[in-house]
Amino acid sequence: MTPVAFLGQFGDAVDIILHKRESVAGGIQVGGSEWLTLIGEHLRISAVALAIACAIAIPLGLWLGHIGRGEFLASSFANIGRAVPTYALIAFFVAYIGIGFRNVALALTLLAIPPIFTNAYVGMRQVDRDTVDAGRGMGLTGWGIVRGIELPMALPILFGGIRISAVNVVATATLGPIAGVDDLGKPIINANVYGSSGRLAAAMIVALLAIGVELAFAGLQRAVTPKGLKLDDSAAGRRRRRLARPAPLPQTIAQRGGSTE
Amino acid sequence: MTDQTPPTPAPTSPPAGQAATLEFQHVSKQYPGAATRAIEDLSFEVGAGQICVLVGPSGCGKTTAMRLVNRMIELSGGDILLDGASIRDHDPAGLRREIGYAIQQIGLFPHRTVAQNIATVPRLLGWPKARISARVDELIELIGLDPAQTRDRFPGQLSGGQRQRIGVARALAGDPLLMLMDEPFGAIDPINRERLQNEFLRLQAELRKTIVFVTHDIDEAIKMGDRIAVLRPGGVLAQYATPAELLMAPADEFVEDFVGADRALKRLALTHVRDVDLWTPALARSGDATAEVRARLAGSDVPVALLVDADGRPQAWLEEHDLRGPVVGEVSGRHSLVTVERDDILRDALSDLLARGVYYGAVVDRRGTSCGALSIEVISDYLVEHGAETEHPPPERIT
Amino acid sequence: MRPLVLAVVQLHDRTRNTCVNQNGFCPKWISDHIGDYLSPLWRHVELVVLSVAIGFALAFGLALLARRWQWLGAPISAVSGVLYTIPSLAAFFLLLPLTGFGLVTAVIVLVSYTLLILFRNITVGLQNVPGEVLDAARGMGLTSRELLWRVELPLAMPEIIAGLRIATTTTVGLAALAFFAGAGGLGEKINADITFKSNVVVAGLLCVLLAAVLDLMLVGLQRLAMPWRRAARA
Repeated sequence: MTPVAFLGQFGDAVDIILHKRESVAGGIQVGGSEWLTLIGEHLRISAVALAIACAIAIPLGLWLGHIGRGEFLASSFANIGRAVPTYALIAFFVAYIGIGFRNVALALTLLAIPPIFTNAYVGMRQVDRDTVDAGRGMGLTGWGIVRGIELPMALPILFGGIRISAVNVVATATLGPIAGVDDLGKPIINANVYGSSGRLAAAMIVALLAIGVELAFAGLQRAVTPKGLKLDDSAAGRRRRRLARPAPLPQTIAQRGGSTE
Repeated sequence: MTDQTPPTPAPTSPPAGQAATLEFQHVSKQYPGAATRAIEDLSFEVGAGQICVLVGPSGCGKTTAMRLVNRMIELSGGDILLDGASIRDHDPAGLRREIGYAIQQIGLFPHRTVAQNIATVPRLLGWPKARISARVDELIELIGLDPAQTRDRFPGQLSGGQRQRIGVARALAGDPLLMLMDEPFGAIDPINRERLQNEFLRLQAELRKTIVFVTHDIDEAIKMGDRIAVLRPGGVLAQYATPAELLMAPADEFVEDFVGADRALKRLALTHVRDVDLWTPALARSGDATAEVRARLAGSDVPVALLVDADGRPQAWLEEHDLRGPVVGEVSGRHSLVTVERDDILRDALSDLLARGVYYGAVVDRRGTSCGALSIEVISDYLVEHGAETEHPPPERIT
Repeated sequence: MRPLVLAVVQLHDRTRNTCVNQNGFCPKWISDHIGDYLSPLWRHVELVVLSVAIGFALAFGLALLARRWQWLGAPISAVSGVLYTIPSLAAFFLLLPLTGFGLVTAVIVLVSYTLLILFRNITVGLQNVPGEVLDAARGMGLTSRELLWRVELPLAMPEIIAGLRIATTTTVGLAALAFFAGAGGLGEKINADITFKSNVVVAGLLCVLLAAVLDLMLVGLQRLAMPWRRAARA
């Protein structure tokens, strides 16, 4: 593969993004403005899945974290969530429930729940017990403590989890065409229609989209981090910042069982 | 897993020792980007086999000065001579293997057994396995623990006091020329700290190592040091003197303030219980005839008799009603017995007596056998006798 | 009597065919055809082990570099972070013009996915070694290399193995997509008949089981490698 030919392939991919052309088999026009439709569908299904997952996982995780139950649930959820291959999950849904937007959205939602739940839980748990105690001593009660102390400090970590899920969902949504959803995965799965340049073009767009989503949510995460926490250079503060980073969270749960005390 | 191990008898011949001389020559240290120097023109000499204590307030550079010796921090100016040779002539790792190093947080390797921890430097020095193993057992015994029980334990299984001692043993393992100790007893509670200090001094009496000892506690400095270097903030030497000189003739206002207003009382730290003329109590054993005991009492300095067991260990002071019957009976449940060791310094002994509110303390030797009685009057007699160096004559005794 | 037996046998046959025909979950079909899954399973194992091993070697080297030259930490994290974010499916096809279909493409993508997790965990593990242990070790005369191998790495093991566990289970999941790059694996089995329930369930379960087995092995390794933690709890 010579450098020129290599670049040529990418050049052709860019071309199919910008201009419509005849499909491989002939007969229909693909590319060009069609990409916008595909991107739109991709974002639509990702957003729906993420929203539902948040609606379920955030309240549950925050509540369990606040009352301190569910440690086992959080860690096993996370581990199982990682072990199930996303492809198998989608395939399972296709086999058992059939194809269609709703089914894919359901599969993606299930995929998105574990990181959000785990991070919500750990985010609430890691709040310094002494701080909560001080709050209670000042007369704050349940909801007041959640709103005033635990939630603000848990937000960065929670949003870290949402960020992980968002990227995972966008990535897995690429498998949509298997279940009949025509998103950016279409040129990849149906390469015989779009050709190898179409497939390459789709891959490029998906990659850029994923990076874009990551950056967007990173910015969002920074925005919700209370200023004091950003400047916190104590050991606890640095640990909190570590929990909020994009590496899969359960390493801290594994770590807690495995720390060198 | 407590620290209440009975003191083990001293080995008949001390382990082969080496000791070096140490000299600071116009040593200075400046960190890049800092406005002032951390150490300023520090010069002093430590003789072989002496303990030199570096003491001063926070920021005076005492720990920095100590860490310059084994090149954990590099010199900016001046030189440090170990047995006459500059430390710059050695490579750092090699130098450190010749110097024992014990720090405040101890830093035992959690992933190695006690034996492996102690064996660290000997292994680096390439000693044969048999020699290392023997050395490990010897050192564990020296610090008052049982080798069979301790050598295969991990630091996580030991108490704080035990870990501290293992840290000292580890520093001694390579039979170093010099020992550096940075607040080695700092992380221990005061009661056990006193015991560890006494034990360490006993050890030093046998081993005679040259030691640089860093502490922020002037009382510890006076107790432990043969020479004391008081440092001012900025690493300037305020005074380098023996403990007695420091207490009786502080060089300037800073030293005087640092030593504290209770200098006279601090002098009690310079004397040990064994140096004082103790009183001899009348001893009684369970089963002795009370008439005999009363006879002994008549000729004794102490108005109460001391009940001892078969080995001569003090059990309790006998009160009037214990001597009513014909024979001395078993006595139990008394809390008024305070024992004081011969090797204790007077300051600690007096402190124990006052803390418990008793007038007499039973003095015991290393094996726990009774060897005299100490009272507040004995201590004050001693102070009066040896207080001739003060300006004011002692006031009339009020009996 | 005979017509009755024949009727029962015919009924039985029909039920069996009906199970498959009706696309149900058919245990008999599974036990008949389980052998077909062994080869893809083996290929799947190959992919995972190869990728994690190479990824670990790379991450380890990078972590040592970052230990020596602190400033490298941020750039390495950033680059591996970007690689981590790119969806593996897209990555397969981005590489396609360069390396073509096959094992190489799949392994490159899987390796790049593990880099972030492993690099981060190894680095954090090394950083978490208590400062006083390092100070005491250096003060006793251990050289930098001796310090690394005899003190820092053993004490960093919990974090390192935690990272390996995450990397391994994630790679098992991702390797299911490797067939898109022409590298086989259990995903290929799923793809062969994606609407047949039994097929999907078996292949999917094998993935999960593989992840569980590898995870347990790593946990076992951790316990073996750190006797002092077991002792401390005793």
